Amino acid sequence: MSNAKDVTDASFGTDVLSADKPVIVDFWAEWCGPCRKLGPILDEISVEYGEKVDVVKVNVDDNPAIAAEYGITSIPAVYLFQGGEVKSTVIGAKPKQFFEKEFADVLS
Amino acid sequence: MTIAENTASDVRDVIIVGSGPAGYTAAVYTARANLKPLLLAGSVTAGGELMNTTDVENYPGFPEGIMGPDLMENFEKQAARFGTEIQFEDVTELDLEGPVKSVTIGTGETFKAKAVILSTGSAYRELGLPNEKRLSGHGVSWCATCDGFFFKDQDIAVIGGGDSAMEEALFLTKFAKSVTVVHRRDSLKASKIMADRALAHEKITFAWNSAVDDVLGDDKVTGLRLKNLLDGSVSELAVTGVFVAIGNDPRTDLVKNVLDLTPEGTIAVEGRSSRTSLPGVFAAGDVVDPTYRQAITASGSGCVAAIDVEHYLADLPA
Repeated sequence: MSNAKDVTDASFGTDVLSADKPVIVDFWAEWCGPCRKLGPILDEISVEYGEKVDVVKVNVDDNPAIAAEYGITSIPAVYLFQGGEVKSTVIGAKPKQFFEKEFADVLS
Repeated sequence: MTIAENTASDVRDVIIVGSGPAGYTAAVYTARANLKPLLLAGSVTAGGELMNTTDVENYPGFPEGIMGPDLMENFEKQAARFGTEIQFEDVTELDLEGPVKSVTIGTGETFKAKAVILSTGSAYRELGLPNEKRLSGHGVSWCATCDGFFFKDQDIAVIGGGDSAMEEALFLTKFAKSVTVVHRRDSLKASKIMADRALAHEKITFAWNSAVDDVLGDDKVTGLRLKNLLDGSVSELAVTGVFVAIGNDPRTDLVKNVLDLTPEGTIAVEGRSSRTSLPGVFAAGDVVDPTYRQAITASGSGCVAAIDVEHYLADLPA
């Protein structure tokens, strides 16, 4: 599990869509094994790239509306938002280096 | 310290790549043989395939069954108890020729050892359709325990006829309105007990002799186009979720140009041993096994690899 800030159906607009910085959103759930592996990796990214990007998480069990809005049917799903729009998506748990490559536009 | 001393002291006895039942069993045995194994477990794949399963009912010693992730946690604890050094890192490069092997991880760090055990397991096989990739995460899934939740009261399909497919289908009945199992043959490959459970389940129906011709849908899955393999006829099945469980391919990307492989694509080993085509390189678990692919057979082969490593190290010139 990640230590990233919890974002809810209610706070998604403020914390993600209207954020100044790009935001990496981790859609996860307690019962999803791969999600638990991914949490610490996104924590590392949050610490290392905190000046460039926010990392937040959405518990899909508690916040079904946002997950439904983005048509999420597989978790972990990691979405990169910039200026209120989805810039890139990664489905499934991947190593840190994978995210660094995939999100290079905002991380480097 | 001079460079030479530093290098010599840095060469370990054995490095194990992979952390499924084979890798952890090899770790338990090599640790108990005082070989101080380093196990590179993978950053997100640690624990292997059993991490995505629920009840494991056929691993001996657990009469009531055990959850896959719990079983793997036990494996890890047992390996650690005897002094295995476990790092949750991904191996990106292997240099296996010569008496000292190099193993490089994602951070760029390199470890050296006299022997390496490869237990990298296998990866989910894909149908190989363009729309399968495009709709992955939008209705196409490989993990029922992760994604079943999203398909409450919906009609879904499971592709495959083996034990994994039956387990997924049965698990998904907890959420779905209906589950259609799409299978290329007219009978199941699954074990009798799993097949009988699936065949008897009121929510599960079967599309026999059928192959997936295409996955349909714009932003999300709306159905499958199925081709009947007996008469060539094509039909559509309206489903919002597709779970692919058509088998696994051995993970040999890092070694396929270095080690001999079998016609099935697994790493070739000598007889009943774990010895690969290179001295000091051993392989165990699903990556050597095109046939049985059970947790218990993987464990057994991890034990074989550990003992082979012991013998190999003992026979090295001092």
